[in-house]
Amino acid sequence: MAKARHWLEPHPGGLYVKPADLWIDPSRPVARAAVTHGHADHARSGHGAVFATPETLAIMALRYGVDVEVSHNQAFEYGDGFERGGVRFSFHPAGHVLGSAQILMEYQGERIVVTGDYKRRADPTCAPFEVVPCDIFITEATFGLPVFRHPPTEGEIAKLIGAVRAEPDRSVLVGAYALGKAQRVIAELRGAGWGAPIYIHGALEKMCELYVMHGVDLGELRLVSETDKAAMAGQIVLAPPSALNDRWSRRLPDPVTAMASGWMRVRQRARQRMVELPLVISDHADWDELTTTIVEVNPKESWITHGSEDGLLRWCELTQRKARALHLVGRDLEEEA
Amino acid sequence: MKRFAALIDRLIYTRSRNTKLALIVDYLRHTPDPDRGWAIAALTESLDFPAVKAGTVRTLLATRVDEELFRLSRHFVGDTAETAALLWPDAPGKKEDLTVSAAVDALSAASRSDAPAIVASLLDRLDADGRYALLKLALGGMRVGVSARLAKQAFAQAFDVPVDDVEELWHAIPPPYAPLFAWGEGRAERPDLADVAFFRPFMLAHPLEEESVDLADYAAEWKWDGIRVQIVRGGRGGGGETRIYSRGGEEISGAFPELVAAFDQDAVIDGELLVRGEVQGGEAASFNALQQRLGRKVVSKKMLADYPAFVRVYDLLAVDGEDLRGLPWTERRRQLEAFVPRLADSHFDLSQVIDASDFDDLAERRAGARDAAIEGVMLKRRDAPYVAGRRAGLWYKWKRDPLTADCVMMYAQRGNGRRASFYSDYTFGCWSDGGELLPVGKAYSGFTDEELKWLDKFVRDNTLNRFGPVREVEKSLVLEVAFDSIHASKRHKSGLAMRFPRISRIRRDKPAEEADRIAALQAMVT
Repeated sequence: MAKARHWLEPHPGGLYVKPADLWIDPSRPVARAAVTHGHADHARSGHGAVFATPETLAIMALRYGVDVEVSHNQAFEYGDGFERGGVRFSFHPAGHVLGSAQILMEYQGERIVVTGDYKRRADPTCAPFEVVPCDIFITEATFGLPVFRHPPTEGEIAKLIGAVRAEPDRSVLVGAYALGKAQRVIAELRGAGWGAPIYIHGALEKMCELYVMHGVDLGELRLVSETDKAAMAGQIVLAPPSALNDRWSRRLPDPVTAMASGWMRVRQRARQRMVELPLVISDHADWDELTTTIVEVNPKESWITHGSEDGLLRWCELTQRKARALHLVGRDLEEEA
Repeated sequence: MKRFAALIDRLIYTRSRNTKLALIVDYLRHTPDPDRGWAIAALTESLDFPAVKAGTVRTLLATRVDEELFRLSRHFVGDTAETAALLWPDAPGKKEDLTVSAAVDALSAASRSDAPAIVASLLDRLDADGRYALLKLALGGMRVGVSARLAKQAFAQAFDVPVDDVEELWHAIPPPYAPLFAWGEGRAERPDLADVAFFRPFMLAHPLEEESVDLADYAAEWKWDGIRVQIVRGGRGGGGETRIYSRGGEEISGAFPELVAAFDQDAVIDGELLVRGEVQGGEAASFNALQQRLGRKVVSKKMLADYPAFVRVYDLLAVDGEDLRGLPWTERRRQLEAFVPRLADSHFDLSQVIDASDFDDLAERRAGARDAAIEGVMLKRRDAPYVAGRRAGLWYKWKRDPLTADCVMMYAQRGNGRRASFYSDYTFGCWSDGGELLPVGKAYSGFTDEELKWLDKFVRDNTLNRFGPVREVEKSLVLEVAFDSIHASKRHKSGLAMRFPRISRIRRDKPAEEADRIAALQAMVT
């Protein structure tokens, strides 16, 4: 069997697959990149050719204006893949956002899975995570500390709806990352029976349209910029987190500031963000999901990256699993988690 | 514990005082005794369980969670109680709701040796939010922005009773305040306070806005820059205990044991607590010196020696079992002058009435007052009784004209609540001899809403750097800053600290280079 250390090189700027001369989620423009999902810290612009799921390519096209038809990019459905330099690459659902994939690489009898970002709980906007057996499991660890246990999503959505109903003269402004979190919160609200129009910040419009085109039902969405202030009383408004306390929020009727993020589990974090209604809704695996997944995948070795590597490393040590930390750069998890 | 945990969570995230008030009112109305009493005591930090300390919780955690994972988690979360609440493994099985009073009973009964086991059994009965509430209740440090004053207002509002009565009764009745709730809900008479050293709500002053007042109607005294205190020795025959209360009705006896010991008369006095400063030749020192003594639970001998406290007495509310509050100021003053010699002169002196011939004479003396501890002048209506709160026309405070300095805006930070989208807190500086701009203070008031909009736009248009919620701005805007006094301070690079700084004018006309120099501010130091 090949030794992973000889054919897969972790660099601060991404993972380099040597025999294929290809990078995974590189932070700088390269000739060939396999991309796990569309978040900006994984999918950068300017690559020569991108290998990804059709949804991820569509998201990158929307964000970077790439013409998918004429580029050298190649799209692969879940389960499909390609071969290059003797390495077989394939894409498998990661359950993180629309189109998110784990990338499985097989080379000379050795299997390596890169999770990108992932979660295990149900999400109406994307395909659920699949356990892919492998020798080396390269896992994210955004919430790699045992303090992070996300409560059931339904409870958080009920909290949001309860807050809107409690103060019918105010709007509830939910800060949610523009790709993934916003659409998931909307879809979860629809699932909980919230039928009223949901008001959105202009920065969310195109991504919501993309989700709808991919078959995710978001119900009626209206733009805040095209709505009278008074009409948004007693309604739910979504905006990117950066707009929460910005001048933009002055166009809403006395908004209650909410934020949907796994970081909201920690009270002081929520207070720092000046959030009045913290909603612990995350697109990343919590501590239990991370550790359960390692148990289920049961790799020979885990490589840990993106977040609290130390916590998960310590758990691996306590459970006698071989593990090491990779230190990849350029990750901006604060906004997105 | 569920309701209490939910209350704490709402209070943590709510910045508006009125919303906090509404939340507590709702809780008090809809929670049974004795839970609500214990809860309100916990919110106002009035509970103490000597056997349960942060160390107890850390030791306990080590039995359930790996120490290294606890350390990493604690480092990330920054708070032991919250880390422990999140890390404690959920016990299997359905949870009955633990009442606040059952938790208080268990914690009170704990000894050093069985405290860990007791806390563990309580934690096992709760979910993460409940565990957080329990640990905050046990360890204190709630930090939900609920003062005793706010709690009393909430009580008054919840049961539609006068807040002045609540103020008086509150400190006389220990948690869980059952007689107080019984009275509030009309189930019992007003509790009898004859035997306790209870707090009387303070009489407060309005700022003087009249051009002048007739000194035949008003007596004038210096307004001292200390903290307002009430010292009460209660109980029949004056045999009870002595308590010191601050303006908000918080008991601060623990910080000033020498005053508690020295006050040996059956009486209630109102006065200004000051520290005797060496630099003033044994006279009252600046507020800066007094600050060394505030907020301490234990006072060292060195503190007592370096910053000796005394009270300048200006009113007598009760003496020898008789309530004097209904009497006019003139009569109370006569009795006060007769009473003060009964107190040890090492710790108590009489606030003198300023012997001014007329208002102009008073104005002149006020302008000429250079004593660091003088904040201005008080005017008290001679025929007025001692009544709680601020009443029109009875007492006035006439502060010394503020000092001002022209400073340059350096940083701006977003405000809270209604001001969350505005850069409304400004750090400003003055020029050092070396031509460097050094911060001298921070202000977030003094401007109109229109001016705030303008300042907010200035900050956004002139941002140089962003540090989280803070922006560094182009050093080009001069702000005229008003402040009551300025003191030497080791905390700031400029070596100066302003008291009550506020923006008095925006000086768009003035170039930044012409703002004041540090040396000019040093000359104002008292």
